[in-house]
Amino acid sequence: MTEALLQVEDLQVTFSGGGRPVRAVDGVSYSVYPGQTLAIVGESGSGKTVSCRAVVGLLPPTAAISGSATFGGTQLIGLTDEQLRRHRGADIAMVFQDPTRSLNPTMRVGPQIAEAVRAHRPVSKPRAREQAIDLLRLVRIPLPERRFEEYPHQLSGGMRQRVMIAIALACRPRLLIADEATTALDVTTQAQIMELLLELQAELGMALMLISHDLALAASYADEVIVMYAGRIVEQAPASRLFSRVRMPYTQALLEAIPRLEHPAHAPLPVIGGRPPDLSALPVGCSFAPRCRRAADDCRTTEPPLTEHEPGHRWACWHPVGQGGSGGPGQPGNGGEK
Amino acid sequence: MTAAEPLLSVRDLVHQFHTNAGVVQAVSGVSFDVYPRETLGIVGETGSGKSTLARAVLQAPRPTSGSVIFRGTDLTTLHGTRLLQVRRHLQMVFQDPFGSLDPKWTVRHLVAEPLVAYRTGDRTARRQRVDEVLELVGLDPAVHGRRRPRELSGGQAQRVAIARAVALSPALLVCDEPVSSLDVLIQAQVLNLFERLRTELGLSYLFIAHDLALVKQVSDRVAVMYLGKLCEVGPGETVYRELLHPYTRALLDSVPDTTPGAGRAAPDQISKVISGEPPSPIDPPSGCRFRTRCPRAAELCAAEEPPMRELASGHAVACHFPLVEAAAKQEGGPAARATSRSDGKI
Repeated sequence: MTEALLQVEDLQVTFSGGGRPVRAVDGVSYSVYPGQTLAIVGESGSGKTVSCRAVVGLLPPTAAISGSATFGGTQLIGLTDEQLRRHRGADIAMVFQDPTRSLNPTMRVGPQIAEAVRAHRPVSKPRAREQAIDLLRLVRIPLPERRFEEYPHQLSGGMRQRVMIAIALACRPRLLIADEATTALDVTTQAQIMELLLELQAELGMALMLISHDLALAASYADEVIVMYAGRIVEQAPASRLFSRVRMPYTQALLEAIPRLEHPAHAPLPVIGGRPPDLSALPVGCSFAPRCRRAADDCRTTEPPLTEHEPGHRWACWHPVGQGGSGGPGQPGNGGEK
Repeated sequence: MTAAEPLLSVRDLVHQFHTNAGVVQAVSGVSFDVYPRETLGIVGETGSGKSTLARAVLQAPRPTSGSVIFRGTDLTTLHGTRLLQVRRHLQMVFQDPFGSLDPKWTVRHLVAEPLVAYRTGDRTARRQRVDEVLELVGLDPAVHGRRRPRELSGGQAQRVAIARAVALSPALLVCDEPVSSLDVLIQAQVLNLFERLRTELGLSYLFIAHDLALVKQVSDRVAVMYLGKLCEVGPGETVYRELLHPYTRALLDSVPDTTPGAGRAAPDQISKVISGEPPSPIDPPSGCRFRTRCPRAAELCAAEEPPMRELASGHAVACHFPLVEAAAKQEGGPAARATSRSDGKI
């Protein structure tokens, strides 16, 4: 395989503001390769966003970060804010969920893009304007010259997200991180934006990271999927493999809980009870054990390590799905809801 | 559905808003029925008018025109106490549970409120009913009863909102995106709760959401809404497998594929994604409102608004060139339209 563009190793993030320290990310390791699409999936509080923000230095000072994150050979962890700023935008860019909160409402969208262009490159104002219009065209915004002069409120949600992508692409980053970038959008708009991201990725040869709570979305657009639970990676596999050979019971629970068009109406969704654990008081052993229908005694005493059990497929579970043990694969849930 | 009388009949419902920019045609002549113990799902995107429709059904605010007949009474003609007396049988669940729960009140107080408002029973009876309803939605009255909204998770708060809605034993629950702010596992729990309440309490639902798979999961029949009008109505399974409207096709093509082994979307699949954005409801297109984005649109679509017509039993579509005709009859022109209209029994 080619050399990794971003290599994260044993990343730890602990928040210690006030009460007990909260271990938001615990020993996360992964690599992103040039041109690859990697999805990081998890529920609220799983650490998916925090682990990414730690890499690009967008966490508040209450966060204690350790571990390693190298981007093209440069160690990012431990850099000062000023040093990191040279990488943000130029090497790594991010697109967030809510474009309305990221755009300046009192400024026309064109100049906001031009500003992003000039932030990293010494180009003249007229040249920056030209580049901004090119960027609007790149993200398939019709009539880019006219849109350049418009304010964010004059654009639809999908158009605003395209503008955010244009800003993110201003310096041709090598890695684009989309953090729930389509969550607030309608399904048809979401499909348009995902299509745009994949096209741009191919055009520009970028690596793409999708941070999402939506396993279906992530797995249908990504090459590789990482599933996080309570600050740890619990399963990682190529997207196509995850659907056919899911191993970690948590991933299986996520997959089964998604309403599917093929399911008959009114059929109860197999769901697990409980909620993700309190990150300031994690249980001993596997964090998922209290909610897991396959959990045995060993799960409650020893934490299963994340190991590559099959080529390209890592999971952290003592009793994985589809490998004997208690309860067979695809065993229906109790169907209850607690 | 069944031969029974509909519980709710909405006819030619119109709702317009007057703004500085012009008149917003939020809902433009929508008609449908909800039968006893039936769930009618309405799927639509932002700006389709689905939330306005939900509120107009409950007369909050009142629609511009049209009728909303509940158990034989037209709600649009009722006022004051008479409207309130009927309204107790129709309750609503919103997307954001925290937005509909007073942050200063305890859960017990919140669930008792509708009972107090309708002067139901005495204090002891109300207390008992609150316990009953909290248990019904999967909350422990002793544990959760004394909590305030900020001490609840999103899923628990939505359960409280549902408990409030069912406290008065309504016949119909109008749900507007009731699970879209919840994580997938919590979402599944709440969907299962809706199903359980449906069977245990014999409830009917008007279930509104943007996610077609989710709507189909809970619904007997599904209606697809676009820019203030219904495009297609039919049994959920039929709308999915034998869909007729090009917009329904576009919605289906936008749903991420999660069948085992699906993996990354193939380029040919991507190209099917519909382009453009819905036009403004202030100045909707003439004729068919979907025609500006429709791959099948012809001159007729701009000139004439397609009427809702039943092409198969219980399956109706508002389209001049529905998809099934293209498969059956290659030309798919107005001639084919006339043929199938005479074929289709209403």
